[in-house]
Amino acid sequence: MDSKATHNTSPQICIGMENVTIEYNGSPAVRNIYCDIPSEKVTALIGPSGCGKSTVLRSFNRMNDLIEGCTLKGKVLFEGKDIYAKNVDPVEVRRRIGMVFQQPNPFPKSIYENIAFGARINGYTGDMDNLVEQSLKQAAVWEECKDKLNESGYSLSGGQQQRLCIARTIATQPEVILMDEPCSALDPISTLKIEETIHELKSRFTIVIVTHNMQQALRVSDMTAFYNAEETIGMSGKVGYLVEFSETQKIFNSPKEKATQDYIQGKFG
Amino acid sequence: MERMSNSGTYKKKGDLYYNSLLSRNLYNNSLTFISGILAIIAILPLILVLTYVVINGASEINLAVLTQLPEPPGEDLPSAGGIGNAIIGTIVVSGIASLIAIPIGVGGGIYLAEYSRGGTFSKFIRFGANVLSGVPSIIAGVCIYSVIVSTRIILGSNFSALAGGISLSILMLPTIIKTTDEGLKLVSDDLRKAALGVGASKFVTVSQITIPAAFTPIGTGIVLALARAAGETAPLIFTALFSFYWLDSPEGILQPIATLSVLIYNFAIEPYKAQNELAWAASFLLVAFVLSINLLTRWIGKRGKH
Ligand SMILES: Nc1ncnc2c1ncn2[C@@H]1O[C@H](COP(=O)(O)OP(=O)(O)OP(=O)(O)O)[C@@H](O)[C@H]1O
Ligand SMILES: [Mg+2]
Repeated sequence: MDSKATHNTSPQICIGMENVTIEYNGSPAVRNIYCDIPSEKVTALIGPSGCGKSTVLRSFNRMNDLIEGCTLKGKVLFEGKDIYAKNVDPVEVRRRIGMVFQQPNPFPKSIYENIAFGARINGYTGDMDNLVEQSLKQAAVWEECKDKLNESGYSLSGGQQQRLCIARTIATQPEVILMDEPCSALDPISTLKIEETIHELKSRFTIVIVTHNMQQALRVSDMTAFYNAEETIGMSGKVGYLVEFSETQKIFNSPKEKATQDYIQGKFG
Repeated sequence: MERMSNSGTYKKKGDLYYNSLLSRNLYNNSLTFISGILAIIAILPLILVLTYVVINGASEINLAVLTQLPEPPGEDLPSAGGIGNAIIGTIVVSGIASLIAIPIGVGGGIYLAEYSRGGTFSKFIRFGANVLSGVPSIIAGVCIYSVIVSTRIILGSNFSALAGGISLSILMLPTIIKTTDEGLKLVSDDLRKAALGVGASKFVTVSQITIPAAFTPIGTGIVLALARAAGETAPLIFTALFSFYWLDSPEGILQPIATLSVLIYNFAIEPYKAQNELAWAASFLLVAFVLSINLLTRWIGKRGKH
């Protein structure tokens, strides 16, 4: 009953997981994951609630470091380097691998500063006005923001805030963008706008997105990883694992695993 | 759906009009009345103290009182001079106390909230801050007296403004540490994640995101601590003592200094009317000062709401 991960044939591997087990306070949340995420593609993580999608996503840029009691076994490789090695600086990892969170979390600063802050601390020296405009345009929120760049980020609606957060991440020009259910607080129209944004971004960034929306996974992703959780003998509670990882079309049209098929058809989860 | 199989019955429901004789309404009205009376009794001392100080003190305030030196008591003078040096002294001593307590207190609070991982050390510091905030102020005075004043450890100075400031800073510290700690803990973790997510270091996150977000509670804590310290008397009697002269040079902070609270303590119990009047003037100023500081904290609080 091993995790089955179809090793992907794409030449460029961006993030690789080698036998990754992540524990909270000693009890595993996900176990024994092998998975190679390709560069410049959109990879979707799907699975029932609590199976560890967010946990896995956070492990890609060491966001789990912030959680007390969270430990990782195995290796997470970014461009071939183990990002959990002792001499790796997590700040540098997060500069290369940016993150958009489930809840919009703009800084309590002006819209302009929300973008400029990240750029500045990443050592951006070019034309800041231009960067702000370009980033907001790419995140499809420029029209709503252009007349109120000096107003607080909180003056935007939830969906606009989320796109501002995406713009903020794009502006720092990471190589990878991680998105944890970026549309869960959004209406269908904002969702579509963000999906369009993702489409535009994938020519330059590697994107990993967690979503509960099958249609969204189907619409935006090239690759899909299906996670599931199940009771394991000798362990307390459910432990998540990777069931199947393959091209999105394959996962949705001809999944190898029964569990994947059931989940996609809405039989559980 | 199953029907509830309960055989009990209820009293007939009343009509919709308000009936003040119903027992629930009687209870309600009398409780409102009693708690209202108790609230008035609770606020009464404050009103009494304020009016008493204003009636006795406000009439004593004039330019001469604010700008002159006090006369040592000894004979019945028509006027005992002014409290000019004590005003400056209170500002200087509180200033010294703030210079010491704000950086240490805010820094300690930042450590507790942002850097410590909830281990024994941080538990010990939190516990220490709680104990320190309950220590009677006179103890702080005695400690500084025996450690600094009687040993003449600071450049051979004895009683001094500096020693007074240090003893007040001990009283300010726990409030500042606690409000900084609590204020930072109130800042949503989403903000920290947001900053780290765009590649900010811990230092940048703390200094540019979390501290500005917690500015209101931290500022309020500092100002309240200052208000408490400025009115303290006991620690200053042992440390700053009193002086009948102006602070005339920077080295003066190594000399005894007059403060409003000690001036009140010294002059209020003198048998001479002129000195008593000065004490009232000083009381009025001190109360006005503390009151305006409290208004300032409310203003800081309002400003932070935006
Ligand atoms: N901070 C934490 N401390 C302790 N346990 C945690 C923590 N975060 C997550 N877990 C546990 O890890 C498991 C996986 O959680 P995770 O948040 O990764 O699930 P998820 O797949 O993202 O779920 P959802 O779809 O509901 O967001 C859960 O069983 C959860 O209880
Ligand atoms: Mg999640």
